[in-house]
Amino acid sequence: MASIDLTVAITGMNARADNPGPGVAVARCLRDAPEFTGRIIGLGYDALDPGLYLREYCDSAYLLPYPSAGDEAFMTSLRAIHESEKIDIILPCLDAELPGMVRLTPQFDEMGIRYFLPTPEQLRLRNKDRLPELARHAGIHCPEIKTVTHSGFFYQCQEEGWSYPMVVKGLFYGAHIVHNADQAADAFREIAAQWGYPVLVQRMVEGEEYNLTAVCDGSGSMLGEVMMKKMAVTDKGKAWSGVSIFDQTLYDASAALIKAINWRGPLEVEVMRDNTGHYQLIEINPRFPAWIYLSAGVGRNLPLILLQLILGEELAPLPAARPGVLFIRHALENIVQQSEFEAVIMNGGQHLNPLPGAEPVVTADETTAQPSRNKP
Amino acid sequence: MDEHKQHDNHGAVLPSAQALRRLAISESGFVFDPMSGHHFTVNETGLEILRYLQKYQDLDELLALLGQEYSAGTRELERDVLEFAGMLRKFVGD
Repeated sequence: MASIDLTVAITGMNARADNPGPGVAVARCLRDAPEFTGRIIGLGYDALDPGLYLREYCDSAYLLPYPSAGDEAFMTSLRAIHESEKIDIILPCLDAELPGMVRLTPQFDEMGIRYFLPTPEQLRLRNKDRLPELARHAGIHCPEIKTVTHSGFFYQCQEEGWSYPMVVKGLFYGAHIVHNADQAADAFREIAAQWGYPVLVQRMVEGEEYNLTAVCDGSGSMLGEVMMKKMAVTDKGKAWSGVSIFDQTLYDASAALIKAINWRGPLEVEVMRDNTGHYQLIEINPRFPAWIYLSAGVGRNLPLILLQLILGEELAPLPAARPGVLFIRHALENIVQQSEFEAVIMNGGQHLNPLPGAEPVVTADETTAQPSRNKP
Repeated sequence: MDEHKQHDNHGAVLPSAQALRRLAISESGFVFDPMSGHHFTVNETGLEILRYLQKYQDLDELLALLGQEYSAGTRELERDVLEFAGMLRKFVGD
């Protein structure tokens, strides 16, 4: 396989322990691949996004305006970053970015930035409010989902056959398990304030959560699937540890879903195995999951495969994903010098590693403020 | 012992050999189901029973084999084996 010496911009550098974004894990996959010799540009939305300071994964890091600021603000920032970094490929890693990124592909083309994204129609078909219809088409169970526009619903939902507990969800993000009308109304207001309308409710499924991630080529094929059972979750239900599995039923169901929408790009299928052993489709996320590093762990480095697809390289046959490989997430503290934080706040970004051909830059803080030297 | 023998005289209580054959069983007694991601541990006796059930479905023969090894009575052995088989069935979702 030819080495990939390109500059790849990766979004989603948020990595809060209870709900990490996938960007750092995607960068880590590429950094681990001997085939990748290029630069990685980390893109985040908050100066406290940890990935913006991890020089082992990112060579430079920048802040972007939130998607709610609109396409023009986003493109102004991206153009400035491109001017300095010469981005070859962009890999969006957050759900809320996808509609905007898909809209902006003509501008990416003009700038010479490559991508591998679904069409607007493909994106729409896997929207949370469309899941039951899609699941029916693919022959997989799916708990009922309803669009809610007023919190009053939660005080009379029993009349419509709904019961607690249920799940209140935003169209892009946010899911709260609620046990009574007051909790539900609070969750409804929080999600509406943060993510806007519509707010969705989904019937609660008791069982165990399984996820599948893969890269899809846009012709209905699923490449390099990796399946995982969550073994421990955070308070927000995000995987804290998991184990790779292989289940033909989950494979077949996911393949059918992907074929139904001819998905193009990475994705994650979230299912619950209910108490009768049936898989129930919970969500389809239009990006790699935060646990994507497990794909490298089982011998199927999916972010690398995605780059190969973008570059039109012929894919070598993939090894079978090894079941029984675990990931156990951990939290650690990265020491960040004030000068680095300042650069992100004041300049919107920083070079973490020197640009090719440039002399390494040593700041005053770096020479005097190493933690080990601060010891009395 | 005939490796291909498939007596099914206790098919309703024993987990199917097919379901058990997918399990990854370590000599240490650590058992992993690559389909469900579940794991559990068994002792030496459990390991012996599990390995037998991966190949055969003959409860009488299993009890006879265990009877030669352990001093427990047949009724006690049967009760323990059936309890273990029930746990295995639940584990593999059989």
